[in-house]
Amino acid sequence: MLLMSALMVVSARNTIHSALFLVLAFFTCAALWILLRAEFLAIALVLVYVGAVMVLFLFVVMMLNLNTDLLREGFIRHLPLGILIAIAIVAEMFLALNSGGFRMLDQAALKAVDVPGYSNTRALGSVLYTKYLYAFEIAAVILLLAMVSAITLTMRRLKGTRHQNPAKQVKVMRADRLRIVKMQAEPKGDSND
Amino acid sequence: MIYELIIKILFILLKIVAIVGPLIIAVAYLTFMERKIIGYMQVRIGPNRVGPKGLLQPFADTIKLLLKEIILPTNANKFLFLIAPVLSIGPAIAAWAVIPFWADSQNVPVALTNIDASLLYILALTSIGVYGVIIAGWASNSKYAFLGAMRSAAQIVSYEIAMGFALVGVLMAAHSINLGQIVQQQAGGIWHWFWLPLLPLFVIYLVSGVAETNRAPFDVAEGESEIVAGFHVEYSGVTFAVFFLAEYANIILISMLTALMFMGGWLSPFEGIPVLEKAFAWVPGIAWLLAKTAFFMFCFLWFRATFPRYRYDQIMRLGWKVFIPITIIWLLLLGAAIVAKIPPWFSGQ
Repeated sequence: MLLMSALMVVSARNTIHSALFLVLAFFTCAALWILLRAEFLAIALVLVYVGAVMVLFLFVVMMLNLNTDLLREGFIRHLPLGILIAIAIVAEMFLALNSGGFRMLDQAALKAVDVPGYSNTRALGSVLYTKYLYAFEIAAVILLLAMVSAITLTMRRLKGTRHQNPAKQVKVMRADRLRIVKMQAEPKGDSND
Repeated sequence: MIYELIIKILFILLKIVAIVGPLIIAVAYLTFMERKIIGYMQVRIGPNRVGPKGLLQPFADTIKLLLKEIILPTNANKFLFLIAPVLSIGPAIAAWAVIPFWADSQNVPVALTNIDASLLYILALTSIGVYGVIIAGWASNSKYAFLGAMRSAAQIVSYEIAMGFALVGVLMAAHSINLGQIVQQQAGGIWHWFWLPLLPLFVIYLVSGVAETNRAPFDVAEGESEIVAGFHVEYSGVTFAVFFLAEYANIILISMLTALMFMGGWLSPFEGIPVLEKAFAWVPGIAWLLAKTAFFMFCFLWFRATFPRYRYDQIMRLGWKVFIPITIIWLLLLGAAIVAKIPPWFSGQ
């Protein structure tokens, strides 16, 4: 299911459809995590990727109104390169998962999970904020850096744009906007001529 | 073995019906109450023709909507157009699975599933409710619907952050992300409930809840005077009814969550007061919870009758520049209060 929806992300004709297939892929991924009894990671995945990131993705894709024909032209031309990258990633993941760390984790983790009253969220929190605090904080700072740099790259103050000052709008008094003018009343009979 | 399994599944299904059935009746009568209350607030009578005092009005409305034709707009994406209402009602109902309603004699919260990360689960489900709105707006192939969907998406994503931070405050104060335990941490009468130590977060949560459900004064996604009816202009009959149901189910959900997290859930407000505690001991916990929920539901209707619609840039400003800084500052203060063990809320931890 995950692989199928991932395939549809790249092959769907409509960009909106491929974004929605990506949502489906995230959901199936979350389901896999639930099966591995990592409920915190599953919920966090749905919360962050499905709930926030993909909404913004859809937002942008819908706003841009992409020309689908133009996008499809490059598909065959770039296919060999794509396959090459895919093979490289699969090989890397295979090597990483086959190395010692993950195998050892496999057996020990499964035993730890079987204890009644085990809470995945609590366990993750206690490890993240003690043993891996340094790595955790570095990751947070890198994300902050990425955010700040993205904003500085795109933020341009155009000359001549107008800004509203909410404080000023709130403080406005009647006297600033309204002027009562005293006038002589028109003499009767003249107005309806 | 198989027999036991079937009994177990039947029992779970029965529990689901016991939650969803009253929920749908509550939605029907919430629409009726809305029209009545706003009517009285505007010195009108409101619906009073169908049944005694108009009490059968919701059924008349439902039957009318069910019998109407579903119209597909030309060039609409048929599949997405029809699945959008389902996507908005699904999360609205699924979130009820983890809501605890009362505590049994052993003080264990009673819910469909008492999972550990229930607060996160609810946050995740309320955040995917926005897909119904976005997909509906896009699949309708209509400019009004599309504008409504865009507005709604931007609004929900920005208020979700403030809402999430308010929930972080709750879980810090309760030392748990299980809704049942959050309520149990508030035991000890009205001054022990979290609304007092978390007052800014409580207000922000309620206001964000109003924004998240696209209700007045934040209802720019529907904004009748600007974009007709927003994302559901093109929907008619049953499909419209389902959107309607989802919106009101979400209102009830937010009201109940506010009652659970800030108002002590099923706990009696007279706990610890000598005479009143005994006098009100016979009231079941669920009655308190429902009374508190009803109060917040009334607030939703009250807001709608009282406030004019916000301007769009003001909504965004309120979410990003007012609510998020306040929540972050309050989280720091709260952390300090927990470390200093300020009584009566944080002394026992």
